[in-house]
Amino acid sequence: MALLEVKNLEVSYGVIKALKGISFEVNEGEIVTLIGANGAGKTTTMQSVIGLIPKNGGSVIYDGQDITKQPCHKIVHLGMSQVPEGRRVFQELTVYENLLMGAYSIKEKDTFKEDLEKVYKRFPRLAERSGQIAGTLSGGEQQMLAMGRALMSRPKLLMLDEPSMGLSPLLVDEVFDIIKDINKDGTTILLVEQNAGKSLAISDRAYVLETGSIVLSGTGAELAASEDVKKAYLGV
Amino acid sequence: MEFIETLINGLSIGSTYAMIALGYTMVYGIAKMLNFAHGDVIMVGGYMIYVGLTVSGNPIISFIAAVLSCIILGITIEKIAYRPLRGASPLAVLITAIGVSYLLQSSAQMIFGSAPKMVTVADLGSISFSGLTIPVYVLVTLICSVIIMVTLSLFVKYTRTGRAMIAVSEDKGAAQLMGINVNRIIMITFAIGSGLAAFAGLFMLMKSPSLSNTLGAMPGIKAFTSAVIGGVGSIPGAMLGGILMGVIEAFSLKIPAIAPYTDAIEFLILIIILLVKPTGILGKKRREKV
Repeated sequence: MALLEVKNLEVSYGVIKALKGISFEVNEGEIVTLIGANGAGKTTTMQSVIGLIPKNGGSVIYDGQDITKQPCHKIVHLGMSQVPEGRRVFQELTVYENLLMGAYSIKEKDTFKEDLEKVYKRFPRLAERSGQIAGTLSGGEQQMLAMGRALMSRPKLLMLDEPSMGLSPLLVDEVFDIIKDINKDGTTILLVEQNAGKSLAISDRAYVLETGSIVLSGTGAELAASEDVKKAYLGV
Repeated sequence: MEFIETLINGLSIGSTYAMIALGYTMVYGIAKMLNFAHGDVIMVGGYMIYVGLTVSGNPIISFIAAVLSCIILGITIEKIAYRPLRGASPLAVLITAIGVSYLLQSSAQMIFGSAPKMVTVADLGSISFSGLTIPVYVLVTLICSVIIMVTLSLFVKYTRTGRAMIAVSEDKGAAQLMGINVNRIIMITFAIGSGLAAFAGLFMLMKSPSLSNTLGAMPGIKAFTSAVIGGVGSIPGAMLGGILMGVIEAFSLKIPAIAPYTDAIEFLILIIILLVKPTGILGKKRREKV
C-alpha cells in the first residue's frame, strides 16, 4: 500500500517551473530514492511534499489523507519527518535541546525518555555530547543530530535530503548503514541523493529526476544497471 | 547617598526601557522585523489605564484592562498589518510599521484630543531608610521588572513554547519541520511584547502623570536603541541595554553641565557601540543561510 502518493506535483519559483508535474509513490516499508543532478528539483520535491514551500498543482496523499493543502507543522504531526538539506540543526541549542525540539510534535511526555534512549543508542556520539552546543559539532555529528532529531517525532515516513553531503567517505558509509537500519526497524524512507551509487544500492525503488521531470524509474538494482544512469550519475 | 539614589533611579528608568526593548528584540528575533509601532502600544496602554481609572477608579482593574487591551492590540496589528506581508521585502514591512504607528497616534488624538491628560495612577509616596529617600514607584518599577525578566527568561528556556520561540528565531524552516506552528509562535511573541508595553506604560505614568498621544515615541526610540546596544534579537541583551541606558540617563541628568545633552549622549553611546561591536554587546554573529 502506498504510504505516500504524489501526483502531477508542480512547483514554480516565479516564472521558473522547478517541478513540471512529477508523480511517484513510496510504499510502506520501502526505501525509495530520488536521484538527479544539481537543480533537477530534488530538494524542491522534498520541501513541497512536506508543505514547507507551496505547491502550484497536483496532489499529495499521505497515509490515505489528502495533505496537498496542509501546512508543514500539521503534516509533521501526521508522522512525516524530514532531515533537511544542509542539516539545519539549531546551532545555539545543545544536542539534548535539539532532540527535545525534534519531539515537539509528540504530545505524550512519557515516551520522550524512551525515544531519547533509542536515538542515543543509535548515535552514541550524541549521548556523549548531549550538553554540547550543536553549532560546535563536526559536520558528521551534525548530520547524526539532524537524523536523531527527525527520529524523535516517531515518523512513519522519514525523508532525508542529501544526508551524505559534505561527509568523508567513511562517514558516508556509516550514514547509509544507519539509514538501512532505521528502515529495518520499520520506518519508511524517502531519500534524495547525489551519491547515486550508494543510494541505489540500499534502495528498493528509485526515480531519476531531470530538470523538473521524472525521466526514469525502477528498482534500485535496475537503475544501477541502466546505461543512462551509469553514464549520467555513476560516472562509469 | 545621592549616588545610590541616582543609581536606583537609573535602574528603575532602565528597567522601563528594558520592558520596551524586550518587545522590540523578541519580535525582531522571531519575526525578523522592526515593529516601529511598538512604542505606540505603550501609549495605548497609557490611555487604557486612563479610561479604566475614569470608569472604575480602581488602579489595579485599570492596569489589568490595559494589559489585556495591549495584548489584543498587538495580536491584531500582527494579524492585520504584518502577517499578510510575511515574505515581502523588509522595506515594505518597515513602512507598514511606521504607518501603524501613525495610525495609533492619530486615532488616540482623535479620540482623546491633543491636550495631555493628567493621570494619577496612585500616590505611593516615598520611603526613607538609612539616609536614602526613594519614591515607592521607583521600587515598584524595579521589583516588577526583575520579576518579569526572570519569569520571561525561565519561560523561554524551560517551556515548550519558549523553546519553540528560540527555534523559530534561529531557523523558521527547520522549526516548521519540528511541527512548530510558526504563525502561532509569532502571535504569542507579539502578545508578550505588547503586554510588556502596558507595563512600561504604567511605569511611565507612575513616574510622570502627563499622558499624550506621543507618550511612547521617545521611550520607544530609546528602548530600540537599548535593544541594539544589547544586541538585537537577544533577550538578556535587551535587559542589559535597557538598564545601561537608564543608568546613563539618570547620572547624566544629575550633572548640570551635560544634563541638557542627555539624549545626545545616549545616542552617541549607540554609535560608539555599533562602531566597536556592530552586533551589540551580547549579540551573536549569525551566519545568514541561503
